[in-house]
Amino acid sequence: MTEIAEPLSAPLEVGFDYTRSPGPVLGRFAAGLRQRRITGVRGSDGRVHVPAVEHDPVTAAPLDEFVEVGDTGTVRSWSWIPEPLEGQPLPHGFAWALVRLDGADTALLHAVDAGSADRMRTGMRVRARWAAERVGGIRDIACFDPVPDGPDSPGDADSPDDAGAPGDTTSAAPRDDSGLEPVQLLTTPIHLHYRHSASPEESRYLRGLAEGRLLGQRCPACRKVYIPPRGACPTDGVPTEQEVELPDTGIVTTFCIVNVPFLGQRITPPYVAAYVLLDGADIAFLHLVLGCAAEEVRMGMRVRAEWKPRAEWDTTLRNIDHFRPSGEPDAPYESYAHHL
Amino acid sequence: MTDSDVAVVGFAQAPNVRATSGTTNGVEMLVPVFEELLSGTGMRTEDVGFWCSGSSDYLAGRAFSFIAAIDAIGAFPPINESHVEMDAAWALYEAWVKIRTGEVDTALVYGFGKSSAGELRRVLAMQLDPYFAAPLWPDSVGVAGLQARLGLESGAFAEQDMAEVAARSRADAEQNPHAQLSGRVLVAELLARPYLADPLRAHDCAPITDGASAVLLASAGRARELRDRPAWITGVEHRIESAELGGRDLTASPSTADAGRAAGAEGVELAELHAPFTHQELLLRDALGLDGSVRINPSGGALCGNPMFAAGLTRIGEAARRVWSGEAGKVLAHATSGPALQQNLVCVMEG
Repeated sequence: MTEIAEPLSAPLEVGFDYTRSPGPVLGRFAAGLRQRRITGVRGSDGRVHVPAVEHDPVTAAPLDEFVEVGDTGTVRSWSWIPEPLEGQPLPHGFAWALVRLDGADTALLHAVDAGSADRMRTGMRVRARWAAERVGGIRDIACFDPVPDGPDSPGDADSPDDAGAPGDTTSAAPRDDSGLEPVQLLTTPIHLHYRHSASPEESRYLRGLAEGRLLGQRCPACRKVYIPPRGACPTDGVPTEQEVELPDTGIVTTFCIVNVPFLGQRITPPYVAAYVLLDGADIAFLHLVLGCAAEEVRMGMRVRAEWKPRAEWDTTLRNIDHFRPSGEPDAPYESYAHHL
Repeated sequence: MTDSDVAVVGFAQAPNVRATSGTTNGVEMLVPVFEELLSGTGMRTEDVGFWCSGSSDYLAGRAFSFIAAIDAIGAFPPINESHVEMDAAWALYEAWVKIRTGEVDTALVYGFGKSSAGELRRVLAMQLDPYFAAPLWPDSVGVAGLQARLGLESGAFAEQDMAEVAARSRADAEQNPHAQLSGRVLVAELLARPYLADPLRAHDCAPITDGASAVLLASAGRARELRDRPAWITGVEHRIESAELGGRDLTASPSTADAGRAAGAEGVELAELHAPFTHQELLLRDALGLDGSVRINPSGGALCGNPMFAAGLTRIGEAARRVWSGEAGKVLAHATSGPALQQNLVCVMEG
């Protein structure tokens, strides 16, 4: 029977760069930022959207009339973040704010560096602080700063005080559109942190590996032996529970010869990745077959585990460095046909 | 009832807890939930016509995480199965359509989430506009705070109203054995506590919760065999608002209002609203036209336990239970997904 023990867990780091093709509208907005210019887009109802949107949120019509707006604006709402999280724009307490830039009708989400919540208020005036290095993306605006002694705007979208703001000056001097070739690629690094937990069944198996044992479990309903054991048998939906210790010998059920080099590869190609069905198990797992020429590996070949030196063991299947041919006669096809 | 009618006939949920030691694929939580749900209706897994789930890879920290959860079903030989990367209330919508087509006559819908595995406030930034919002890592509490302040400063509600929602929810949750938070709290005490993200205090925000729930649907032909007083779905609708956060009217929930109208929300006696923040319950009540005569969240609601990707489905199960028991004749369940009530689903049920 399985004894009660806390399941194994370990940190899991997930990190990658999302790269996106923003297209001509969003790409143009991003290009403007690189030049310290904020370029919105006019909607079907005449409202100016900042950030730019590709399609009108109401009519879904494609939008392409660009309107340059100011880099100062009015805070429409805010929330205070006393302890910023990783990746956020400022390392000290700041406010998230919806900022309606002068000339825009929608609000941009960004950070305001006000020092304390006491200095934040709806209607306050703020100005973009531009990043020293700009690449064409929203983080070209480092954050917004309160405008010292700036008069509060009435903060009302319908206010006549907003008339004549930069966005409405379409009849003013011709815009200089040079340098506004749309950005082709936006890159967003994503890094997330998790605590990954193994199931109680997997934890038994992983702890067994640290002792050089291969522990499977039997499904109480269909009697199949799984290694690694499972939280639930895929046929019966019930946890596997009866422990079964398996030998480190088995057969190759199927395999492939890896000829392609890739990043992080630890063995020089060609080499064999194979499904190994341990004697007494009802499911095969993936491992390496070394110790013979790749072209000699075949379905039904008998193999034996080649363990690493005991001092190197931990709670992973890496304790088995690879499987190698045992020299025994091949298993007949019928003996593993239903495990393919 | 006509042949194409669909009823909710079963519901079970895992305890709503701050953290479990289980895996992010939910198998440990789901196995007992399925067992309870099916044994309660006398069905076996092989009798289920269609399975549909809601969960999230970002929450689990790995790709195709829902695949591993299927082991809990007993998915071999192959079953009729689907998944949505949303709250499982939307999986229920898919299952409802599946039964309406006549292809199957029963469906089991489930949702699960181990919110404690990662950093939930950061993980949820992944559902924002990926071009100009997500790269700033706006956290879910901060984004909700922007919405709350707009409502506060427009005069739609006060911090006192928000605290009253929290106090009522926790008092109601005393009757809910699955709730994570419950108890009697004084509004004045809540208002004396510090801000978590001004204008939100801790009691304004749903707790980080691990959990799972499952609902069984049946066609008219099967429902009465499985439940004496099925909760017939008389309307289910969902609507979405723009991803442009600063272009939305955050002081209202027009998508909820539209979904409620289309689903026939008028005249409900009881509503389970999926509001992860106190001010969102106030916005939802307003959008759905629920006056003081409508019993709100007798389960305690998401403020007392918010298992991501299951909490909306749980609202449907909790509301249906009130129909089965005869406590209410016409009920409403609501689910939300996305930032600041971006997407909303309304399900109206009658006995």
